[in-house]
Amino acid sequence: MKIAVASGKGGTGKTIVSTSLALAVSDAVYVDMDVEEPNGAIFIKPEISKEIRFTVPIPEFYEDKCIFCRKCEQACVYNAISIIPQTKKILFFEELCHNCGVCKYVCPVEQAIIEKPKSIGTIRIGEKAQLKFIDGILDLGIASAVPLLSGMKKYIPNGDMVIVDSPPGASCPVVEVVKDSDFVLMVTEPTPFGLNDLEIALGIVKEMKKPHAIIVNKHESNNSLARTFAKERGEKIIMEIPFEREIAENYAKGIPLSNNEYKEQFLKLIDNIKEGKI
Amino acid sequence: MKEILIISGKGGTGKTTLTASVAKYMSKKVICDADVDAADMFLLMKPEIKKKMAFKGKSVAIINNELCTSCDLCRKRCRFDAIDVVDGNYTINPYSCDGCTLCTLVCPANAIKMEQMTVGEWYVSQTEYGKMVHAKLFPGAENSGNLVTMVKRQAHMLAEEENAEFVIVDGPPGIGCPVTSALSGANIAIIVTEPTFSGIHDLERVYETAIHFKTTVWIVINKYDLNLKNSEKIEKFASEKGIDVVKKIPFSKCIIDSVVRGEIPADNCPELRVVVENLINNF
Repeated sequence: MKIAVASGKGGTGKTIVSTSLALAVSDAVYVDMDVEEPNGAIFIKPEISKEIRFTVPIPEFYEDKCIFCRKCEQACVYNAISIIPQTKKILFFEELCHNCGVCKYVCPVEQAIIEKPKSIGTIRIGEKAQLKFIDGILDLGIASAVPLLSGMKKYIPNGDMVIVDSPPGASCPVVEVVKDSDFVLMVTEPTPFGLNDLEIALGIVKEMKKPHAIIVNKHESNNSLARTFAKERGEKIIMEIPFEREIAENYAKGIPLSNNEYKEQFLKLIDNIKEGKI
Repeated sequence: MKEILIISGKGGTGKTTLTASVAKYMSKKVICDADVDAADMFLLMKPEIKKKMAFKGKSVAIINNELCTSCDLCRKRCRFDAIDVVDGNYTINPYSCDGCTLCTLVCPANAIKMEQMTVGEWYVSQTEYGKMVHAKLFPGAENSGNLVTMVKRQAHMLAEEENAEFVIVDGPPGIGCPVTSALSGANIAIIVTEPTFSGIHDLERVYETAIHFKTTVWIVINKYDLNLKNSEKIEKFASEKGIDVVKKIPFSKCIIDSVVRGEIPADNCPELRVVVENLINNF
């Protein structure tokens, strides 16, 4: 079973919930797919046993073979190629390339375009006692995380309890993670910002018809914003983590919610999800 | 004209709270919310929308199942895993489709066409504190650097018309395409961070991204007293990198309560107000 922990707004506690949950289950797989800013390792403190440089195919252009027909330039929807027939020059803007393979497909000349692997990030595999750990770190200056996310999936073992820390937001990278999850835990905070972003993220999860529930972080007894929000929309809040300076201070030091009280709550949560009670 | 961009790397460090507070107290500015993926500044600025425009994003492929011969070529060739067989029909998942057109080229039956999608809206609005350009990306749309570029361009044009001296921009989190789009053309990038291991890690990554653009970088440490040791580390990082403007905001219940009420926190909380005034004097 695969549980994705998502949030909409950044900084609501996605990482602390997903790492605490994984540590509570212990015999599970924790996957940090927040590859732009991966922080799960700070809390899990795994021993890394393997690092894999992840590559995507990127075209290389050979001016000596090119006939300057401009077919690749016209076919590239990302405007990553400029051909100047007069001076027999090919300009390739690597940072615009989406590695789709169209240029090579339309090229009528053999060997004028050859695809070579280009590193866009690192996938790390490790463990912490029983817990298996996988994270992805996107290289700086790489525009899209999606190929790395889809590449990481190949390293996730089948059959285990898998807990995935998703990227924030409500766009492509989140969809890439949520699309093959069995359950989505949405972590929010009871502020107008948190709830506005939650609403957008819920839109995706609902459209993809994924079973889901809300965890409210930084809950305060006198603040009913999140409860009202959930009630009005028929959504379920399954956990409220209080707003406490101690939690924030522990977080600052890389300490997750690890005391027995939380451990029990998280284990019960997992059981309820497994049994379809939520 | 100067563009002041506020970014964070890590989400939830207080980027929007600071931007709204600075935006209210500075003069001769156009306000711009470029965090189009999670556009929240409107909740504090309460804009009245004057102009609304559709934002056309990428095109996605659509298969005509009457023409499709189920040859499987498109599914095999697609590098974005966007093509599935659902109930015997070849179908393109619009969320996964990158719009590259490869499937339309390989299809021997000419069964696949491209269609442009409206993926968001952008607005020009009036707020109590000045004009504002903002946008909304529809859920699941491409995490769009293009929309970031669009709202920034509109904000700059508006600033020209209004003879404004500043454009103040609430930027996206992370280090990817939306952030690099936001950094392009910014004169000062203020990175809002927090004294947590996650905050420091992300600060270093977003700093490296920002200096590629030769932008002047300033740092604001929010909730600095949560962990004084980590705050010292950030200050040390700043001094090593030659960043001369570093401001600190304490962990404050007042700021959180203001945001919960939908009020601009600098109005109520002197500990934030003093930092805001100080930043503005340095612009």
